[in-house]
This record gives sequence, structure tokens and C-alpha cells, in this order.
Amino acid sequence: MFDWLKEIINLLSTPSISFTLLAVIIPFVFPPTDWFEKWHRRLGLHHLWSIRGGWGLFGLITAFLVFGFFDENFGKILSKPDNVPIMMLIYFVFFFVWLSMHSAYANDARLARGEKVEEDYGPDEKVLVWPDLVYIELTALVLMTVFLIIWSVGLPAPLEEPANPSLSPNPAKAPWYFLGLQEMLVYFDPWLAGVIFPTFIIVGLMALPYIDDNPKASGYYSFANRRVSIFIFMFGFLALWIFLIVVGTFFRGPNWNFFGPFEEWSIAKVVPLTNVNLSEYVWVKLLRIGLPSHWLVRESVGIIMLLLYFGVIPVVLARGKLRGLVERLGPTSYALIIFLALAMVFLPIKMYLRWTINLKYIIAIPEAFFNI
Amino acid sequence: MAENKKPGFVDSVAKSQIWKSIFRTGIPVTRRQRMMGVLNNVFLHLHPVKLPKHAVKLKYTWCMGGLSFFLFLVLTISGILLMFYYRPTVEYAYTDIMDLSEQVPLGIMREIHRWGAHAMVIAVWLHMFRVFMTGSYKPPREFNWAVGVILLTLTLLLSFTGYLLPWDQLAIWAITVGSNMARATPFLGHEGPGASLLAIGDVNFVTMSSDIRFALLGGRFVGEGALLRFYVLHCVGLPFIVAILMAVHFWRVRKDGGISGPV
Repeated sequence: MFDWLKEIINLLSTPSISFTLLAVIIPFVFPPTDWFEKWHRRLGLHHLWSIRGGWGLFGLITAFLVFGFFDENFGKILSKPDNVPIMMLIYFVFFFVWLSMHSAYANDARLARGEKVEEDYGPDEKVLVWPDLVYIELTALVLMTVFLIIWSVGLPAPLEEPANPSLSPNPAKAPWYFLGLQEMLVYFDPWLAGVIFPTFIIVGLMALPYIDDNPKASGYYSFANRRVSIFIFMFGFLALWIFLIVVGTFFRGPNWNFFGPFEEWSIAKVVPLTNVNLSEYVWVKLLRIGLPSHWLVRESVGIIMLLLYFGVIPVVLARGKLRGLVERLGPTSYALIIFLALAMVFLPIKMYLRWTINLKYIIAIPEAFFNI
Repeated sequence: MAENKKPGFVDSVAKSQIWKSIFRTGIPVTRRQRMMGVLNNVFLHLHPVKLPKHAVKLKYTWCMGGLSFFLFLVLTISGILLMFYYRPTVEYAYTDIMDLSEQVPLGIMREIHRWGAHAMVIAVWLHMFRVFMTGSYKPPREFNWAVGVILLTLTLLLSFTGYLLPWDQLAIWAITVGSNMARATPFLGHEGPGASLLAIGDVNFVTMSSDIRFALLGGRFVGEGALLRFYVLHCVGLPFIVAILMAVHFWRVRKDGGISGPV
């Protein structure tokens, strides 16, 4: 029963398809420009952030998970004790994205009517910490304690076989909050996926207040006043972090092969590895003269492409569309922003190059462990 | 109540010398007593005495920062209790964990610790998300946002180091996968780009037994050395740094103008 539906969901979950869907949907859901805003309204997507839209989202996720639990294969994965936090994470992320956008739209509507935002009670409306805050804190603390006790009594912490360095489980997975990084390993070498990109994420987050020079909407929920920064954040948070964690947790089975949610994790599944380096594309398949022996010549095409990407695009944008940004921020801040942004977009670009032309590395210098 | 002439139990306790020596302001009934109660208590004094009204609205704060801190305390307490029973050696680690579940009737301390850790990771992320969505990282709170990002990273590292301690298959392979990334660190890992440049003649400085992964694991693979290192980092090293940064974080919330809000 419902096999056709499971087949469809399996197919849609393929990273190339599900990521594309997500990447296309996000700008319409969190419209960064007027054009997207227009379609956001026309498609009725702003109803997502109404009360009814919230219940709709809730119902959809719950229906999917309940449906999943009754499936032999998906149920097995969902009921792993260490996957419980990820299910909570999915609910919480949806709920709080909804709640913040709900509040933001309400505030935007108030501002458009010339009213004060919901958080603005005026400077004289003060409450005493005792009792107004301490009782909330006490309630939150008691509820959290009860929640933890129920969770702990109901679900024993996992303990597998004793550690055995000679018996590697397949797949061997990092803790769930690092699975986004492990999923990146499909597309990048560990020095990028495990070291450079996490560093960029941390540096980028820390730099955020210094590069976002929009002074509006500080201290209250608002979307209209900061739609570009919210769009970028949502794309990074939802598509490049949460989504990759979900894929890494639920959809990666033995040999880190992709398995749809309703597919059995079979160790026998063989996915042919046909990935090709850019240098082979150019020298072998296109020019038919074989790989040059010196690495600099061999990788020259990839090096030039990356130089164009990280070096020329920022200059072109600075003279064109982003001229205003450069003038406001100065060249140093601009260079930092554009570099971080290009690095962030580099991940989906590489993902698509893999999915479309099976590209392995743009630059491949295995002699020096320098593969991009 | 008012007609009752005889002082009740609560009254007599509140008027006793012991009580009054501890809680100087008495039972906080009047406005002045309530303010003094916050001011005179070292813990409550984390807070100001008065707040703008939106600051106590759950819809605004989600209470996630407070819950992150509370979970940190839960994890500290349950972690200390676990330390009484747990020995970080290859010989005993796994069996000690086994004993916790098999020998302790109704024992849930390990569960509290593990699920509390997951909950803390989620709470910290959501706290960051709230701060972003309210634009609270904007001036004058830039620095405190940066401190918060470091605290978030440390939360993940705390959870990661704790993941190894049960010493089961789940633990060592998760840490093996995670720490394998370290050997690809540029210049500092033996399979990282640039590492081969750090050499004099044929002598490499960055090798399997001198790179950053070796420093992290105290060995070439996840073994006895790694277990001890992760244990020390998990129980002492990282909490020590986190505690200092939390103090900075909370202090700066106050010093940067209190909780953010519409001006």
C-alpha cells in the first residue's frame, strides 16, 4: 500500500532533486527582492506565516513522520535513539522559523500602518524582575526538568558493542550535529569540508554584525526591513546546514550511498564511481592530448577558473550591481563579504557540478593534498 | 488569614534570626523589597531589577538563552555525578557505563546527561536563531554576538568530546570520523595541503605522529590517549573556558544596554 507514494518520495529525496527544490523554494518563501516578493504574494506563500499556515506545516511534518514510522525501513532509522534529537530539531526549526516570521509579518504590517511594533511598549512600561521574570524562569526550568526526566525514563541512552578499532561500522557516522560537515565530504576533500568550511562558518557568523551595516530592525522581529540578510541566513541555515544534516542522518546508508527514506539500507547497493577531474575533461576528453606531466600546466584550467571566480567576480560586481555596497562599506569589508558569500555559494556550485557532469575536482593536486 | 492573630509557621520562619541573616530583605511583598531582593542576591543580580515589558514576553525571547544556561547547569551536575563512577581507561570505561545502566536501580543520570546535551545543542542554535531574527547582533552588541558564536562552537566541542567517553562502537567511530578531518588541516595535518612544505630536506615536521590530529588524540588513532584527552577536555578544560566566556557573555548583555528591544 502507498508504494507509489513511497517511490515518489524516495525519488524526490535524491539530494540533487531535493536540494534543487529547496534552493528554488527558499527565495520565494523568504523573498530577497521585489520580484520575488511579488511572486511570494501571488503564490500565496505569505499564508505560510499565518496561524493556519503554521498548523498546515505542523500537520504536514507530523503526517510524514507518522507515515514514516509505519514503514519498515524508515521506521528503523527514525526510531534510533540518537536520531530522536534530530526529529525534535526538525520540529523546533520549523516552529521557530514559523514563529519568527509570523511575528515579523505582524510587525511589518503594523509598521506599514504607521503603528508601533509589538515589542514596543514605550519607555515607561517596566516590569520588576521579581516576580515577573523569575517566575517565568522557574516555570521554564521546571518544565525542562520534567521534559528531560520523561525523555530519560522513556528512552535509554544508546550503548552499542564495546569499542573495537578493527571493526568499522558501515556507515560510520559523526555525531548528528556534524553530519552536515560529513555530508560535505561527498563533494569536497576533508581539508575543505572538515576544516576550511567550518572555519568560514564560524568566522562568517562572528563577522556578521560587522558586515551587516543595515541599522534597521534591531530589537524586534521584522522581515521587510532586512529581507536580504534574512534570505541569506535562511539559505545557509536551512539549505546548507539543517538540510545536509537531515540528508546525512536519514538518507546516507552503507558506503555513504544515498538511500531514499523508504529504501532498505542494503550493503549490496553499488553506485558506480565515475567522477572525473576537470583536468581530464580538458586535456584528455576535449583536447585528446593526454595529461601534461607538470601539475601547474595540468591544473591550469581549474586554477584560472577559481581565480576568475574568487578574483574577477568581486571586481565585476563592485563596478556594477554592488557599487553602492562598496561605497558604504569600503573595500576591505566588501572584500570579506564577497569572499564569504562566494565561498558559501561554492558549495552548491560544486554539488551541481558533481550531479551534472560527475566532476570530481576542479583542481586536483593529490601530490600536495590540494584538491578542490 | 488577616484575622489570625497568632503568627503562622511561615511568619515565624521569616522572622527568625536565621532566615533574616540569609535573606536580608524579608519576604518580597512591597515594591522596594522586591527590588532589594534582586539587588542583594548574587544569582538574581545577573538581572537588572527592572526590565522593559517586552523582555519578559516568551514570544520575543523564546527563553532559549536561559534554557541553554540551565541545561549547562544540569549537565554540570549530572556530569559530576557520573564522574564518581566513570574511569576514563580503555579497560574500565565501557564496563563502568554498563554498570551505570545495570547496577543502578532507576538510574537515569546518564540519560539526563546525554539527552540534556542534545537539548543544549538545539537550545543554543535556537538562541542564536532568535538573536539573529530580532537583529539583536547589531551595534552595540556586535562583540557579544561574537562571544556567543564561540560559545556555540564550544558547546558542539563539549558534546563531541563527551561522545567518545562511553567507549562503544558508536563512540570511537564517530570520533574517528570526526578527528580524521584534523589530519587534513592545512599545514598542521600530515595529509593537509602545505604540510609537506614544512620540511628541511627530507625531514618532515608534520607527520602522522606530530600533526594536529596527534595532538588532539594523544596518539595515531583513537585509543587510550584520546580517551584521557577527551575526558580531561570534556570535564575540565572546555567547561572552564565556557564558564569564563559565559560570564563575559552575561556581563556584556547588561553592559551593552540589557536585552535588545525596539529603541
